[in-house]
Amino acid sequence: MQAAFAALSSIVSWFANILDPMCGPIGIFRLLASDTLLSCGDTGWGDEIAYGFMITASLAICTLPVGLFFGFFIALAKQSEEKSLRLATNIYTTIFRGLPELLTLFIVYYGLQIVAQQVMASVGYEGPVEINAFIAGMIALGVVFSAYCSEVLLSAFKAIPHGQYEAGDALGLHRGKTMRLIILPQLVRIALPGLGNLWMALLKDTALVSVIGLPDILRQTGVAARVTKYAFEFFSIACLLFLILAMVSSLVFSALERWTKRSEVAR
Amino acid sequence: MSHAETMLPALPPPPEALRRYTLSRLIGRVALGIWLAASVGIFLFVVESWSPEKFTKYGPSFISGLGVTLTLVSISIVLGGILSLPLAYGRMTKNKVVSWIAYAYVYFFRGTPLITQLFLVYYGLGSFRPYLEAVGLWSLFKDAWFCALLTFTLNTAAYQAEILRGAIQSVPRGQHEGAAALGLPKRVAFFKIILPQAMIVALRPYGNEIILMIKGSAIVAIVTVFDLMGETRRAFSRTYDFQMYLWAAVLYLVMVEMLRNLWAWIEMRLTRHLKR
Repeated sequence: MQAAFAALSSIVSWFANILDPMCGPIGIFRLLASDTLLSCGDTGWGDEIAYGFMITASLAICTLPVGLFFGFFIALAKQSEEKSLRLATNIYTTIFRGLPELLTLFIVYYGLQIVAQQVMASVGYEGPVEINAFIAGMIALGVVFSAYCSEVLLSAFKAIPHGQYEAGDALGLHRGKTMRLIILPQLVRIALPGLGNLWMALLKDTALVSVIGLPDILRQTGVAARVTKYAFEFFSIACLLFLILAMVSSLVFSALERWTKRSEVAR
Repeated sequence: MSHAETMLPALPPPPEALRRYTLSRLIGRVALGIWLAASVGIFLFVVESWSPEKFTKYGPSFISGLGVTLTLVSISIVLGGILSLPLAYGRMTKNKVVSWIAYAYVYFFRGTPLITQLFLVYYGLGSFRPYLEAVGLWSLFKDAWFCALLTFTLNTAAYQAEILRGAIQSVPRGQHEGAAALGLPKRVAFFKIILPQAMIVALRPYGNEIILMIKGSAIVAIVTVFDLMGETRRAFSRTYDFQMYLWAAVLYLVMVEMLRNLWAWIEMRLTRHLKR
C-alpha cells in the first residue's frame, strides 16, 4: 500500500516536472535562459522564482473557494428579513472593506500568534508559537475577499426578479432546490464580471503576503535582487509574472463568461 | 330618523402575531453576540495594557503618520488626475499607435500589484544610479517618499484614465447628435454637454479610487516611509504591544468611513435634479 502510494506520488511529480512551464524540460527558463541569472539549478534564480510563482498562484487559488463560500452566505444573510443578521454582516463588510489589506494581514498574523500563544500557555506549553504565513495569508485575504464578494453577490441577487422565486414555489420546488436550479445559474451569469474583478484584486493582494515571509514571487525576486544587485531586472520579472497571471485569468474568465451565456440568444 | 344612541365598544387590540423563532434570528443573535464579545474583549485588552506613557510617546507620531498618509494620497490623486487626461484621450483616440501605448500603460499599471511597482521604482531605479546622478535626479530617487509619490501617481493615473474613459463613453450618442443639431462646435459640446454628464457617472468610481489609494498607501511602510502604517509598525516593534495595530485600524476605518459618507452626501447633492 505504502509502496503504491509512493509510486503514485512519484508519477504525479514526474508529470508535474514535465509540464512545469518554467523549469521543466520544455520550460521557458530552461530553454531561453540557460547560462544566465535565470537558469534553473544552483547557479541561477530560475527555480526559486518558479517556486515563488507556484506559491503565489496556489495561495490565490486556495483563497478563492473559501472567500466565495463565506461571501455567498454573507450575501444571503444581508438580504434576510432578520435585522440582527443584517447588522452583524454589515459590521463585517464595513470593517474588512475599510481596513487596508496589509493591516488586516498584520492583525491576523500577529493577533493569531498572540491568541495561539495564550492558548498554548493555558495548556502548559511555554515555547514560541509560530503561525504558518500561508495560513495567515489565506485567512486575511479570504476575509477581505468574502467581504467584497458578498457585495457583488448581493447586487446580483437584487438583479434577479422576484418572479423567479415565485416560479420555483409554483413548481413545488423547495427552497434549496429553487436556489440551486433557478437562482444560482442566473446569479453566476450576473455576478461573473464582478467576481472576475475581485479575482484580479486577490491576485494582486497576494503580493502583500511576502511581507510576512511567505516565499512568493515578490519575495523570491526581492532576494535575488538583493544578492545579485540586478534589482530592476528582477522586479521587472516579478511584474511580468503578475501580468502573465492576469492575462491567463482574463482569458479564463472570458471563456467562463461565454460558457455561462451559452443558453442566451445570440445577439 | 334613527341614529345610534351609543357608540360601539372599543374592540380589544388584535392578539400579537406569533413571531416564530427562526433559524436566521438565532444565527443573527449569535453573530451579534460574537461581535459584542469581540469588542468587549478588545476593549478590556486595551484597558489592561493601557499606559499613558505609551500614549504620550506614540500618540503624536500616529498623528504625524496620518498627516503623511493624507498628503501622499491627496498629492498623488491630484497629479494622477492631471496625468490621466492625456491617457484617457489616448485610450479614446483613433490613432492606433497612441491608443496602443495608452492601453499598454493602463494594462501594466492595473495588471501588476502596487507593491511590485513600488519596489521596481524604489529598488529597481537604484540600478541606474550613475545615470540618475549624471542628470542630477538621484537625490529625488533615493528618497522613499518621492518614489512612493511617483509610483502612486503613475498607478492612480492608469485607474483614473479608465474611470474617465468609461464615464465619457457612457454618455449616450444622442447627446453628441443633439449638440451637433444645435450647431454647437465640438469643443463647446464636449465641455458643456458631455463632460458634466460624464462627471456624474464618474463620481462614485472616483470616490472608490480615493479609498483604494488610502488603503493601498499602507504599503509605503515597507519602503521606510513613516506614514500611519509605518509609525504603527515602528511603535509595535518597540513595544510589542498589539493595541498599536488596533489604533491604526480604528484610524483607517474612521478615515474611510468619513470619506464614504462625504461622497454619498456629495453624490446626493449633485444628482438631486435627477431624482423624481
